[in-house]
Amino acid sequence: MVVATRVLSYRQAINEALRLEMRRDPTVILMGEDVAGGATVQHIEQEGAWGGPLGVTKSLVSEFGRQRVLDTPISEAAFIGAAVGAAVTGLRPVAELMFVDFFGVCMDQIFNQGAKLRYMFGGKAKVPMVIRTMIGAGFGAAGQHSGCHYSVFAHMPGLKAVAPATPYDAKGLLIAAIRDDDPVMFFEHKMLYDMTGEVPEGDYVIPIGKADIKRQGNDVTIVAISRMVHIALEAAKRLSADGIEAEVVDLRSLSPLDEDAVLSSLAKTRRLVVVDEDNPRCSVAADIAALAVDKGFDYLDAPVKLVTAPHTPVPFSPSLEQYYIPTPERVIAAVREIV
Amino acid sequence: MEIPRERLRWIYERMALIRAFEDRVAQEFAAGKLPGFVHLYAGEEAIAVGVCAHLTDRDYITSTHRGHGHCIAKGVDVKAMMAELFGKATGVCKGKGGSMHIADVDKGMLGANGIVGGGPPIACGAGLMAKTLGTDQVAVCFFGDGAAEQGTTHEAMNLAAIWKLPVVFVCENNLYAESTPWTYHCAAPDIASRAAAYDMPGILVDGTDVFAVYEAAGEAIARARRGEGPTLLECRAFRYYGHFQGDAVSYRTPEEEAAYRQRDPIQRFRQTVLSQGLLSEDELDAIDTTVQHEINEAVRFAESSPLPPPEDCLTDVYVSYPVEQLAFRH
Repeated sequence: MVVATRVLSYRQAINEALRLEMRRDPTVILMGEDVAGGATVQHIEQEGAWGGPLGVTKSLVSEFGRQRVLDTPISEAAFIGAAVGAAVTGLRPVAELMFVDFFGVCMDQIFNQGAKLRYMFGGKAKVPMVIRTMIGAGFGAAGQHSGCHYSVFAHMPGLKAVAPATPYDAKGLLIAAIRDDDPVMFFEHKMLYDMTGEVPEGDYVIPIGKADIKRQGNDVTIVAISRMVHIALEAAKRLSADGIEAEVVDLRSLSPLDEDAVLSSLAKTRRLVVVDEDNPRCSVAADIAALAVDKGFDYLDAPVKLVTAPHTPVPFSPSLEQYYIPTPERVIAAVREIV
Repeated sequence: MEIPRERLRWIYERMALIRAFEDRVAQEFAAGKLPGFVHLYAGEEAIAVGVCAHLTDRDYITSTHRGHGHCIAKGVDVKAMMAELFGKATGVCKGKGGSMHIADVDKGMLGANGIVGGGPPIACGAGLMAKTLGTDQVAVCFFGDGAAEQGTTHEAMNLAAIWKLPVVFVCENNLYAESTPWTYHCAAPDIASRAAAYDMPGILVDGTDVFAVYEAAGEAIARARRGEGPTLLECRAFRYYGHFQGDAVSYRTPEEEAAYRQRDPIQRFRQTVLSQGLLSEDELDAIDTTVQHEINEAVRFAESSPLPPPEDCLTDVYVSYPVEQLAFRH
């Protein structure tokens, strides 16, 4: 069967995933700050309601109404917790935590309630909720609107965590996350919203826990996450001109982790670089390095190299922010150290 | 308020069962048979029972550190509860929750909560489910006077009010948040009046009088079922035991405790129904006997049940997840 595809942005792909799942399943609801926008403003649903500050959920309210696209007060603890309660009692809520940096005000509801309920209840409950949240530097949004922080969530038992890098993966992973019976953190990189790519029409699922080889190569494995996949691909392209063929593994899921994909690529290339925009201490990058050392030690012909953000908050000034974000040049330098 | 005879019997039986359960847990804990902490509900029985008398298994409650009474009032099996407190495989949470997280979603009991103020947002979620699906279910959020000062409680009351959710907030003001008197930690003259900030009814109730709780909760729950939004009830009562077992209770006087015991909710109920000829002494005594038997059976069941196999540590974290990634590494 031929499935028609067309070019969509990452933003449109996410919007389409939400739309298709809300059509398919009446228990799917959307909640968050301004996800519809302009609550109580007459006719705004048909005439340009925000759909989130960056328009990701635009026009969903006009199809599904305010009963299913719920603008919340700026009370993250209340509405994230309400998503937990709604999930335990029969809905499939998709809650939007506008910027991941805001997790500090609602972490108890994510970590002590949503993530642990099933376990503490002896498996009697399930919590099929999704928390969509924006990550990443590059917008000049500085310290409290620019972090990645997904490693915090990957650390927590009871949560799943995914971070798509392309429109195709964003749509398939979000549909999978909504249908998943566990709580899933869905990390959207704000610098990718305008990126375009081929996206099939209709619904499809990308399994949570499966990485994707975005580029084949035999000389070095570059494992990357979210926007860093594109940095890695750019580095791989330039390295290829010099005869070094990098294999780029897009992790896609941070928890669970596709250990087999990392290890089998490593078995082939025998060299590993990890590219991660998150802070380096106790990070997913460090976790991948530990995996390579623990289970892939015999494959390794060289030290594992981590290309990460520094151990600082995200700075404001363009010169500082550019310094913060990993670049193709830094990836190339890391590869050259071990190839 | 006219209460049917069968419901009167149920109210007495549940209050007596909670009291007997908690007194027995205190004994078993003192004997060193229970791991962890227990926070006992004795003295506050009229609140859980007076509220839950209006609920069915399809309605939801969220609870607190002091959750055994809420479980029993909501109909959770006391054998499985006792086994849970003993950490046994037959426990209602398979020995994974314990006293502070005891739960049974099949009975609409969404968990005791180890986090003060953890429950109110979850109760909003249960109410949101009912509103979204158009059912007549309600959610009751029990919380203590300590949780009255948590931001989550205020956020949740506001959310429930703006969305007109079928949620009833029941503050169990037992006068002390751990050892801190509520008159110290609360800036307002009472907690019920805070409802005004969220444009909902706020009612102060004598939490040692099950008839008063029953009546106030009945109106609040009916209002929620009609889609008219949340209510805040503040029920004042007294916990007979300390904050947790082992608490020396140095912050209150024996005189204070004696004065409250004069208002014991179970004795008050007995006096009322006997003086009004609603139930007979023989039938109340027979209920006491049955309750004692049930508690004895529960302890026997818990003691004779096996501990969970250690590797059960790895199950029930997720619905689906690669098991090798759940195990410790080496």
